[in-house]
Amino acid sequence: MPYPKSIEGLSRMEDFVELKFTRRTVLKLGAASATTLLSGSADAQPVQGERNNSAVRPPVKVKVSIQVNGELQHLEVDTRTTLLDLLREHLQFTGTKKGCDHGQCGACTVIVNGRRINSCLTLAVMQQGASVMTIEGLGTPANLHPMQAAFVKHDGFQCGYCTPGQICSAVAVLDEIRQGIPSHVTGDLTARPQVTSAEVRERMSGNICRCGAYSNIAVAIAEVAGTRT
Amino acid sequence: MNAFSFERATSPSQAAAAALRVAGSKFIAGGTNLLDLMKLNVESPTHLIDVNGLDLDTIETLPDGGLRIGALVRNTDLAADPRVRQHYGVLSRALVAGASGQLRNMATTAGNLLQRTRCPYFYDTNQACNKRAPGTGCSAIGGVSRQHAVIGVSDACIATHPSDMAVAMRVLDASVTTVRPDATSRVIPIADFHRLPGSTPDVETVLERGELITSVTLPKPVGGTQIYRKVRDRASYAFALVSVAAIVQPDGSTRVAMGGVAHKPWRVEAAESMLPSGTKPFSERVFAGAQTTEQNAFKLALAERTLSAVLQQAKEQA
Repeated sequence: MPYPKSIEGLSRMEDFVELKFTRRTVLKLGAASATTLLSGSADAQPVQGERNNSAVRPPVKVKVSIQVNGELQHLEVDTRTTLLDLLREHLQFTGTKKGCDHGQCGACTVIVNGRRINSCLTLAVMQQGASVMTIEGLGTPANLHPMQAAFVKHDGFQCGYCTPGQICSAVAVLDEIRQGIPSHVTGDLTARPQVTSAEVRERMSGNICRCGAYSNIAVAIAEVAGTRT
Repeated sequence: MNAFSFERATSPSQAAAAALRVAGSKFIAGGTNLLDLMKLNVESPTHLIDVNGLDLDTIETLPDGGLRIGALVRNTDLAADPRVRQHYGVLSRALVAGASGQLRNMATTAGNLLQRTRCPYFYDTNQACNKRAPGTGCSAIGGVSRQHAVIGVSDACIATHPSDMAVAMRVLDASVTTVRPDATSRVIPIADFHRLPGSTPDVETVLERGELITSVTLPKPVGGTQIYRKVRDRASYAFALVSVAAIVQPDGSTRVAMGGVAHKPWRVEAAESMLPSGTKPFSERVFAGAQTTEQNAFKLALAERTLSAVLQQAKEQA
C-alpha cells in the first residue's frame, strides 16, 4: 500500500472524521485504501445496487450442526458466514485457504458429503447436517494421505497457498473418474472415462496455481492414480 | 454483505408463498452465483429461502420417454446421468463445458437457467448498469464489449446470458415447470423463458414474483448426432465467446442454438431449413438485424465458422 505523500493529508483526515457517517458508510470506507481516506477524496455515496436497501440491518444468527473431519460441531453463526469462514475463523481449520473468495481460484476447495466444492460459495447455514473433509482431515504430518505424499515427492507446489485446495480437488477428481462422471475431454460419453493426463488436467482447471506448479501437480496426481488403478 | 434472515423451505409452494410475502426475498440453492453477487453488493437480499431440502433432486423417465429433471439436480449429476449421456448428449456436453468441477457439484438445474450475466459492468457497482440499477445507463455500450451480445440487444443493455446448459435446453425444446405462490403450477417453453433486454434488462425471465422452478422437462429423445462446441479464450473454465448446440439428423435436418451471442440462448427455427444451402444464408438469417460493436463484430464470423466446424464434425460422426 502506498505511503501517504504528505502530512497535509493527515490533517485533512480530522475534517473527515467530523462528518456524519452511517455505520454502513464507515464500514464501506474501511474497505477503501488508506491513501484514499487520507487524501479526503473518498466518495461517501452508497454504491449502486444498494440504493433500495439503505437501512442497516442487524446481523441474524442461526444455529447449525456440521461434521468436520469426523467431529460433529454445533455452532451459532451469522447467516452471512460462508463455510470457508466457518472452517477458518470459527473452527480454526486454517488449512483451507481463502484466495479469490468468488469461486474462481479453487484455494478453498473442500470435500462435502464426498464431493469437492468451493467452500467460499456456500453458506454455513446451508450445510446443516453435512459432512465436511478438509486438508486436516485428509492426512496428518505423521500419516500423510497418498496425495499429500505425492505432492511432496514431486514438488507439486512452490508457495503452497493453493496446495490444500489442489490436494482436496485431486482426491475428489480421482473419485469422480472412478464413478464414471464425464468431463469436457471425455471422448465417448457412453463409455467410462479413463484416468488420462488430459482428463486430470481438464478436471483440475478449477484450481489455479499462481506459481505455475501445474506440471508437477499433474505428475503427483498421475502417480496416485497409477497406484490405485 | 448485508445482513439477511434465513429460512429452510418445507415445500415448493410454501417457499413460493414465503418469497411473495417477504419483501427482498431470494431463493438459494447452489448459491454459486447469488453468493458471488451478494459479496459484491450487486445482489442484496434481506431474506434467503434455502430450497436445498426440497425433494426436487431426482431425474424421472416420463411415460413418453422424456425426462423430468428436478430443479435441484446438480449439474454434475445431470451431465453424468446415463439417460442424458445416451439420448441427450448435447446437454451432457454443454454441462461439462461450463464452470469447474467444484462449481458443477454445487450448481443446480434451475439455478443454471437463472444465473446472471458476467458483464463486468454489471459486476462493478461503480459503473452504470441498467440491469443492476435501472435507469443509470449502460457502461458496456462504448466500453470494453468484446464478450457482449451481437443480436437482440437494446440501447439499454448488450449483456449475454452466460449459460451453456440453457443453450442445449433450447435446442432440445425443454420446458420449465414452476409453482406459484398460490400453489398453482405452469409450464413455460424454454424459448419463452428468458427475455430480451429491451428497456427493462433487469427483468430477465418471465417468472413472476415468488414463482419457483420445480423441474425442467425434456421431450422424448430425438436421436441424431448431438454436438456442443464452445469457443472461449482458454481451453477450460471460461465463458463462451460463441457456442453452438446442434442436433443433426440422418436426413440432414438440423437444429441449431447458439450461446454467447445474445441475452438468451439464440435459436431461429425458421432459418434451420436453409442449412442445406450452406451456413452463410443460415447465418445471415439467424443474425439478421445484428448490432455489433467494433470489439465484438468478430462474433458473427466466429459463429458461422463454429457452425461449419460442428456440421463437419457431425458428418464425420454420423
